[in-house]
Amino acid sequence: MDFLNALVAILNFVVIPAAAYGAQLALGALGVTLIYGILRFSNFAHGDTMAFGTGLVILVTWGLQALGISLGPLPVALLALPIGIALCSAFVLGTDRVVYRFYRKKKSDSIIMVMASVGVMFVMNGLTRLLIGVDEIRFDDGARFLISVQDFKAWTGLTEGLALRLSQALTLVVTALCCWALFRFLNKSRSGKAMRAYADNEDLALLSGIDPERIVRLTWIIATALAVTAGTLYGLDKSFKAFNYFQILLPIFAAAIVGGLGSPIGAVAGGFIVAFSEVAVTYPWKKIATYLGFQPEGLLQLLSTEYKFAVSFVILIVVLLFRPTGLFRGKAY
Amino acid sequence: MKKLLLASVAGAMFAGAAGAEDIKLGISLGLTGPLESIAPAIQKGAELAMKEVTDSGKLLDGSKIAPVAADNTCVDAAASVAAVERLVTSEGVKGIMGGMCSGETIASLEKVGVPNGVVMISPSATSPALSTIDDKGFFFRTAPSDARQGEVMADIALSRGVKSVAVTYTNNDYGKGLADSFANAYKAKGGTVTIVAGHDDGKADYSAEVAALAAAGGDALVVAGYADQGGSGVIQGSLDTGAFETFVLPDGMVNDVLVTKFGTALETSFGQNPSAEGDGHDKFAELAKAAGFDGTSAYSGEAYDAAALIMLAMQAAKTSDPKVYKDKVMEVAIAPGEKIYPGELAKALELIAAGQDVDYVGATAVELVEPGESAGVYREVDFKGGKLNVIGFR
Repeated sequence: MDFLNALVAILNFVVIPAAAYGAQLALGALGVTLIYGILRFSNFAHGDTMAFGTGLVILVTWGLQALGISLGPLPVALLALPIGIALCSAFVLGTDRVVYRFYRKKKSDSIIMVMASVGVMFVMNGLTRLLIGVDEIRFDDGARFLISVQDFKAWTGLTEGLALRLSQALTLVVTALCCWALFRFLNKSRSGKAMRAYADNEDLALLSGIDPERIVRLTWIIATALAVTAGTLYGLDKSFKAFNYFQILLPIFAAAIVGGLGSPIGAVAGGFIVAFSEVAVTYPWKKIATYLGFQPEGLLQLLSTEYKFAVSFVILIVVLLFRPTGLFRGKAY
Repeated sequence: MKKLLLASVAGAMFAGAAGAEDIKLGISLGLTGPLESIAPAIQKGAELAMKEVTDSGKLLDGSKIAPVAADNTCVDAAASVAAVERLVTSEGVKGIMGGMCSGETIASLEKVGVPNGVVMISPSATSPALSTIDDKGFFFRTAPSDARQGEVMADIALSRGVKSVAVTYTNNDYGKGLADSFANAYKAKGGTVTIVAGHDDGKADYSAEVAALAAAGGDALVVAGYADQGGSGVIQGSLDTGAFETFVLPDGMVNDVLVTKFGTALETSFGQNPSAEGDGHDKFAELAKAAGFDGTSAYSGEAYDAAALIMLAMQAAKTSDPKVYKDKVMEVAIAPGEKIYPGELAKALELIAAGQDVDYVGATAVELVEPGESAGVYREVDFKGGKLNVIGFR
């Protein structure tokens, strides 16, 4: 029984929250890595693309709710998501037309593109605030819990409770679906193969008749879809606050770099590595140890929670020192 | 002979100065900066007391008080030092109502106030660091120290039967100071603190913090943070995972924002925030209204009291010299003596001149404790029925 309690405590406080957070980071990192792999620059505006897209999704959600539409236990935001993605993609394609295309035509250095993306980031930052404001917004409706602590305790008779929020389950399922679809698209479809060819060697791809502008457009649309999905899932799970999306950019980049920039599998792995290291390394094992029959004096905490960000950056530095291209051999331009 | 003559002339001039004079008092506030919205009401509160005294004509044989304001920006310690330096050296003020924020107050006190021997009484700096600062007796405050809030919070928690707590604080001077003072007071009174862990505001995810707090355990979770920042992120995570049901909430969290967010989920939670009550508070609000500003605005009453204490201490010391009257500030502020409410400064000056003792109560029920700061009145609140309910004052 005590062993089960220990297991449930770890699941409840470490595994489930870290998995959901990791999935959100993974989706974000996938978008960053795609843009890096194919368009060859680190897109700093990614976090604000998430915020802007999620803002659009929230507006559409409100519209749908006003029309009396409900998905039962599922949040209406899922229905609004495709519309949000479409609107946000249109906007992002607009920024490509206005900003990035100019530098791409000039074959500018990647650092110039990065700086341009910082400019785009600030513009989107402002636009998001104009669109929806700076306040915290909760837009999850439907059921909140799949398993709530009280139900779980009554059901199993354990002293430790287990909570699984609908938004967490949803995040994991949607992330799995997105990854599956993306990998299938990149490996099997004609366009996906064209994208990979373009990423490998731009000139050769041109010679074999691949339209570069089409590849660029496709990349932006896919990256935006991933960003808006990640942003919406994150907003459903926690809450929407424009500023938080700017903050989440850092762990997303850490995830993408740890996994190897340009490598989609690496991005997914990196997302989970960053999330689990943040939660697990700062977790005090006292309770678990007590359940397992030990009587520890202290908290058995490796690092206090103030240092949780240090953890992912230590991993980042170690990876860069020993495997500069990341765990999954990404690219370096 | 010549020297003697000079000395007697100087002596005669000095004796003359003891009569009616024009006394300048400084007001050091963050008139621009992050707290610029509440600064005007604080300034007006202080000026109201100065005008009342000047109009009475009873301070030091009819001396007049002239307020001189300076902008300390609240966040920039260097700007604050420069502003207070100007008040002291070029304006020649005999006392300062200020500073406003803890950091700049410490800087201007150490660099200007103490070296030049000028009394500073702050209406709003709450950092516990100001309690232990080496102020040579020149610094007082009419705002309570957060160390005091830690004590009150510990009392409230224990009186509600909460015997062990986990503590999380927002990672800045306010959060850290408050969490430390609470933890010390709580332990001294017999409670158990299982963990003290910081959280950063505006972060993407708080599951690591919640996991750590939950693993350490406790009857309740103390959240020394901000209601519209990481504080509610931690509460949300704790409620979702069933880690804690009861939260102990200090002033940064006691807020209607929290009620709208969590509603009835805070059924067993409680907290406190500084708030004055009683006759003095109401009288000051009336006076302020007549003078054309909002007396219930944060720290406005404290400013009135700070300025009043400076002037009453001058009267008690029979001089406007800050090096002398600094020793009288505590005397006029505490019992025994006739209780003095806002609007009764003339009466207080008369009583002091007649050699009687006064106990200044003022707008915020001032009761200075060593080392020269307000004991502080806090209101205890709970969240029963999804509302913010005031239970009582302590």
